[in-house]
Order: sequence, then C-alpha cells, then structure tokens
Amino acid sequence: MPSHPKLAAEFIKDKDRAHWHDQSLWFVRSKRDKAVQQLPEWELLREQASKIKSYVVSHLPDLLEEFEKNAKAKGVHVHWARDAKEHNEIVHGILERHQVKRVVKSKSMLTEECHLNPYLERYGIEIVDTDLGEWIVQLQDKPPSHIVMPAIHIKKEEIGELFHEKLGTEKGATDPQYLTESARQRLRQKFIEADAGITGVNFAIAETGGFVVCTNEGNADLGTSLNKLHIACMGIEKLIPRANDLGVFLRLLARSATGQPITTYSSHFHGPAPEGELHIVLLDNGRSEIAGSDEFRRSLNCIRCGACMNTCPVYRRSGGYSYSNTVPGPIGSILGPAHDTKANASLPFACSLCGSCTDVCPVKIDLHHQLLTWRKQIRLKGLLPLSKRLSMKMLSWMMQAPRLYQFVGKTARRIVPYLPRFLVYNRFNAWGKQRELPDMPKQSFREWMKQNHDRK
Amino acid sequence: MAPKVGLFIPCYIDQLYPQVGIATLKILEHFGCDVEYPESQTCCGQPMANTGCTNEVGPLAKRFLEIFKSYDAVVCPSGSCVSMVKNHYDEYFTDNPEYEALKGKTFEFCEYLTTVLGVDKLAGRFPHKVGLHQSCHGLRELRLASDSEIVGPPFGTARALLESIDGVELTTLQRPDECCGFGGTFAVAEEAVSCMMGEDRVHDHEQAGTEVLTALDMSCLMHLSGIICRQQKPIRVMHIAEIFAECL
Amino acid sequence: MTASRESILSTLRKHSVPETELPDLQLPELTQQWITYPDPSQQFSDMLASIKGLCLQVKDIEEVNQRLAELPVYQESNNICSLIPDCGQPTVNVNQITDPHDLENIDFAILPGEFCVAENGATWITNDGGPLRTLYFLSQHVALVVPASEVVPHMHAAYQRLSFENPSFGTFMAGPSKTADIEQSLVIGAHGARSLTVFLVEESF
Repeated sequence: MPSHPKLAAEFIKDKDRAHWHDQSLWFVRSKRDKAVQQLPEWELLREQASKIKSYVVSHLPDLLEEFEKNAKAKGVHVHWARDAKEHNEIVHGILERHQVKRVVKSKSMLTEECHLNPYLERYGIEIVDTDLGEWIVQLQDKPPSHIVMPAIHIKKEEIGELFHEKLGTEKGATDPQYLTESARQRLRQKFIEADAGITGVNFAIAETGGFVVCTNEGNADLGTSLNKLHIACMGIEKLIPRANDLGVFLRLLARSATGQPITTYSSHFHGPAPEGELHIVLLDNGRSEIAGSDEFRRSLNCIRCGACMNTCPVYRRSGGYSYSNTVPGPIGSILGPAHDTKANASLPFACSLCGSCTDVCPVKIDLHHQLLTWRKQIRLKGLLPLSKRLSMKMLSWMMQAPRLYQFVGKTARRIVPYLPRFLVYNRFNAWGKQRELPDMPKQSFREWMKQNHDRK
Repeated sequence: MAPKVGLFIPCYIDQLYPQVGIATLKILEHFGCDVEYPESQTCCGQPMANTGCTNEVGPLAKRFLEIFKSYDAVVCPSGSCVSMVKNHYDEYFTDNPEYEALKGKTFEFCEYLTTVLGVDKLAGRFPHKVGLHQSCHGLRELRLASDSEIVGPPFGTARALLESIDGVELTTLQRPDECCGFGGTFAVAEEAVSCMMGEDRVHDHEQAGTEVLTALDMSCLMHLSGIICRQQKPIRVMHIAEIFAECL
Repeated sequence: MTASRESILSTLRKHSVPETELPDLQLPELTQQWITYPDPSQQFSDMLASIKGLCLQVKDIEEVNQRLAELPVYQESNNICSLIPDCGQPTVNVNQITDPHDLENIDFAILPGEFCVAENGATWITNDGGPLRTLYFLSQHVALVVPASEVVPHMHAAYQRLSFENPSFGTFMAGPSKTADIEQSLVIGAHGARSLTVFLVEESF
C-alpha cells in the first residue's frame, strides 16, 4: 500500500474537499468540547477510566475467566479466537449450525478488522451492515474511513447518487432526511427478514457476564430482538471489572465521540432472550502480545470513541483511507504497526506530535508519546528509509563538533543568498515547495555575541 | 548575588534567527540576570529523537548536561527544546542526580520571566493586533498555558505577559490552539499536510485581523512565515522575545 | 476452541504486567465531585428536549391519557398498543404475542420505564428480553411512563440501583433514534422510534 504521505498528498490535491473534510471533523471536535465543558468533573472521570482500564490490562486473564464464568452461568455461549481467521470460522460455524442465510450487523470495528463480511459472503450468507454510515460504505464496497462516522468523507450528493443507483431513490436527491428515510425503509425490511444479528461490544462486564452495546440508530437492538440468534464479537481488552464502572465509561464515551451526553441506546445484554441463543466471541489477534509491552500496553485502554481522530489535524486533512489500516488516526497509527510494522511504518510519522489526541482521549492513553516510541521501534527494526537514517547520523555527528556545526552554518548563510532561485527552489527542496526559506542572516547569534557582548 | 543563567539558544535560532537570541539576552539582562552563553552548545537532539534515531541523541544529551549542569538556571526561547531536555532525556540518564537537578532548573523563556523572576507586567508600548500562536510543546508538554481540550481554569504565561503591554490587542482565533504543522521532519516528510495546516493557521490569523504573529517557538514561526512570505501576506512574524525587546 | 482459550490465557499470563489498583468509586472524595442539580426532573426534561425527546410531567394516568390525545403523532397513529394498565387507547392487544415480527405495524407503543437520569435525558427500561422488548425499537413512536419520584442525577446513581444477577435485557433510552451519518446533518428517526415522549407521573400507577 502507498505510504501515508503519498495518499495524504493525493487527498489534499482537492483542496476544497480537504477543507470540507477538515471542517466536518472539527465540528465534531467542537461538539465534544461543548459537552465536556458541562461536567466540571470531566478530568476526574478520565483519571478513573484510565485507572480502571490499567487494572483491566494488568488482570486480564483473571477478568476474562471471571467474565466467561458469569456469562456461562446466564446461559451465554463463550468462544475464544486467537486470530481473525479463527474468529471468522467460529462465527460462520454458529451461523451454519442455525442454517442462517441472512444476517444483520451493527457497527463492529472488530468484524472489520477480521474482514468478516467477505468471509461470510463466500459461503453465500448475506450480511448487511445496518449502521447507516456503514451501510453506505458497504454499498460502495469500501471500508469505513472513521470508526464512529464511517461515511464522514462522503458528500450528500454522492450518497444521493449511490442510493439512486442501488435503491432506486430519486435522482439528484441530496436531502439527508429523504435519504435517511429511504435507508430506514430498506433496512427495516432487512431487520424483519434476518435470521441472526451480529453486534460488537462496547463494554463487557466481568462481574456480571453481560455486555453493553451503544448505538444512536437502534440498529443493534432491532437486529437482535427480532430473531433468536445474537452473536457478539469483542476484543479481549473490552472488559471492565464491575457494573458500576459503566457509570464512568458511559459518561465519557458519547461525549468524547460525538458530543452527545449519551448514545440514544445503551443496551445491556445479560443472557440470551428466552428461547434465544447468545454467543460471545472473544478475539485476541495480537492484543495479548500488546498487553505484554510496557511501551504500548496503554493502547489497550482504547474504548474506540474516535475522539483522537476528530482532533487530529493530520487525520482531518488526509482522511481515514490514507492510513490504509482498519483503524485510522492516532490510535490506528499505534495499533497498525503492532500488527504489521513494515506495512504501517509510515503511520507513526503521520503526526506532528501536537499532543491534542492525548488530551482528548477519555482513557488517557499517551497517544503521541506512543507514536514517538513507535518511531524508535521502526528504526530499531531497520525500517527507517536509508536517507532518514543517514541524514540523522550526519546531523548528530555535526552537532557533536561545535566548530564543524558553526562552519556548516556559516557556509550555508554565505552561499544560499547568492544562489539563483531555481537552484534553491526545485523538486529536491521539499521545504521550498510552498514555503520560502528563512532569510540567511549575516551573523549567527554566537558570532554576534563574540563581537558585541563582552562576557564570554 | 544574581543567579547565573545559562542561555540555551536552539541551533536554528543561533544560525537563522540570531535576533531572537539577542532579544532574549536583552530581556533577561534587563531583569537583572547574570547571563552566560556557553559557546560549545549546539543542539538538543530533538530532530534525531523525533525521527526515532535515539542512539544519535545520547551523545548530544550528555554534552548538554555537561555544558549546562553548573548554572543556577537554564533559559531557552523555545518550548520544544526545553521539553526535549525536561521530558525526553530520561532514557539517556539513569539515576543521575545531575540530570534530575537540570530538569528542575531548565525553563522556557516566558516561564522563567513569570515563575522565577516574578515578572507580571512589561513596560513599553506595542500598539498592534497580536495573534498568539500556541506552540504545541509549550502548551501540551510543558503546560505553560491551558489548552482547549482539557477542562479546567484558563491560564497562560505568554498571553498574560503580552496583555500586560500597553497597546497590545490579542486577536481571537477560530481554533485557538491547533498545531501549525511544522512538527520537525514532519514539515518535509508530510509536506502536503504540513503546508495545509500552516496555511489554515495563517488564514485563521488573517480572519482574526492579526498584524503581528507571535509564538514561543521560532520553529512554528519559521514554518508559518515561510508560508506568509510565499503568499506575500502582510503579517509580521516575531518571536515573543522580540516583541518584549522592542517594547523596552 | 479450548486450545485457543488456553493459548490466549497462557500468553497473557506469561507477561509480567505491573500491578495496579482498581479505584474505589464509592469513595466520598469522588462521589462528592459528581454533578448534582437543584431540580433533577427539570434537568432531565431539559436534556431530553435537547436530544429531541419530550418530557411531560403529569399528575396521574388520566392526565397521561389527556396529553397523549393531544400529541399529533398519537392522533395520527392507527395501531396503538400499551403495556401500562388503563393507559392510552390501545387498538392492538400485544399480550399474547410470541413472535416479535407480529409487532411490525405498531405505530405507537406506551411502555414502562423504571427511572430517569437527569444528566443525559436517558430512561432505563428493562425486561426479560422476550418478544415484547422489540416494541421499544420497532414501534414508530414510543411513550415511556415513569414514576416521577424515580429521577436520579447521574449515571453513577443509576448503577447504584441496578443489579444484573439474573438474566435480563435493559437499555438506557435517550430520545428518539437518530443519525448524522449524512454530512453531519442530524436526522431524527433512523431505525428506532421517530419520537420519544417520557411521562413523569406523580401518583402511583
């Protein structure tokens, strides 16, 4: 896959569109700000959430066993999957045993991570993503570009065209109300006809063996109340120890994600419906390894709210697709390299280290520090381009020799002002593409000091 | 006896923006500091660290400690360089009391003025609309001002000092602390995003009526003024030390 | 599958992870910091309005019926069901329904809520997860009937009153269903209810 800078540059070629994308996401960030300012105890909540999640990661095997025991006691089937392949096989196995042909799925980035849809489709199972944003990208045969707002990068005109083509809605329609109503009608049929519902899991409670699914649209609840089979897919890190901890997390989640005080539905599933079946699939897929890493363990705190993406000035101006990873943005740039460092080596560098992500993260992951640590790992693994390695070596060498450093500086200051413009500004000068170089002063500070300042 | 201040001048200020160093020196001496500029200093190593080349940083970190350890205070007109020394040198020094001491006495320029020298008002006049760019390291690494992300009471050393100058009118930005896009090697490695970010900052200042754009970090200003010059915008770019010095 | 379980657990256990403490959320220094409201019912009502729901504070079920009759969406509804005795003018009896698909055409459902949360306009509903649970989501419009005394300030207080010992289904419903997936334009009535009205009833019912 092309690197982030290449894809980002492509994205920015359409400047107007890039601005539109940037402003759409900034709008969500501002809504988040308004919402959190309403709670004077906001920083305290973040601190508690961070501590609770640290506890979870440091006691994960015990909590998983506790969760499994309590879930089973309520009649839930609990499955364990080491990786994406096993996860898909388990889900397919359950569906096959029930002769399921039509599945409705509510938002689950985990199933996206496992590429569950194409897997099931190969077996002739119809699987419909019922979150409106996810359904839109499904119709386009594309992945989501944001973990909470999958279609944030798509304009309403494009959705109108898409719906006209796929659903037969009016040509040229752009009214979100009309388009949403059309989706409501079509997806309502899907809910009615489905044999099974698949959901993600926002929080699983070790103490009770239950789990919570949060949506604004009600699609998870329609998908699971209208039929007898519910499969919930979760990453092993999604546990919280006690039901009371939900008080903290449900106050943080929606405010961080979209600036709402809470999602429209926060559904708590404890055991299957009477005469129904509830399955939970616990997925590892590299999480257990991250839990062992002192540097990156904290990334498992993530509750997938997307706040880091909304605040990231780079994400806003490059779009989710430029990360070429299931989860984009700051958290994706930490998780991606953990999964495949070589393929995702450009991601930790897709960051100006501004630190905004760290300050909005509801579970206080030190995102920008982890990105910096990844850069070190990438160099240690020999994945840094030679040009970067060499230039840094030379720079360091020069900086250890003050006279050499002074000489180089002086020479540059002497020569550059006399060079013709085309020699300075050309394709070898990435700085100079859209910026002027600084003026070269005659004297450096230290030269001025020597000349004008008596004391050494 | 006045405390001995070691003046730490970032490499790019030394070579490209000496006037910022001169202004810093002038202000510190104006407030009675006994300032020394150790000539053997070069670079804190931030570009290498930010590229993941931490083994190139070790020798520079050790040099830095040797050069500056015996001063009572180390003052630098750059939030990002100070953050490098205080927050990112730990891995090069284990159980080193000299380094621990250095951490406690290294200051960004405005921070030193306000918290150590107790300066809360600057004399002189600067009758201009000033746009304060909140450099990210000073803001979110050194916590020299409150940011828009964290819920809490607003505060800020640079803003307070600027507002104390007669005639200064601070402009109101749409995004008060969005990153300028410099980011070190990011400015070149992700050139398209970097420049779009810088352009957007400049545009924000334009709509706010900024006449003089200032910040704690010359690196941000180098990037923003590069764009301002290329686009020939009538915005003057000055490091905050230069504003203070001009008022004297 | 058991092999996977063992593999995952043993990978986790082979790492030495620094010990951390689980915060005690009942500590007074924490609980004292949680936001409170001088008039929680009013706060609930205001929050619900801000998320496009409607809160009506009434005296008794009779008043509920009166106010229902005034709601345009109720007036326009043909298929009305009610799980609250003597409440509404139901045209459909759902008590014998065993297949939730039979509820497909319900226009308006009058349903019980347990308590309301002032900070976010949410109402907790719970049941055994049987077929009637679908009414909360499948009906075009939903009205919840809640005792007026049952309003808590915030989510911590909410969880103080909840216990999950037995199998159950429950959800916090906060306003009608919505989406902003099309260019961040808020549209009410995504897949769930198009409107949500919460009645806070003073007298016991």
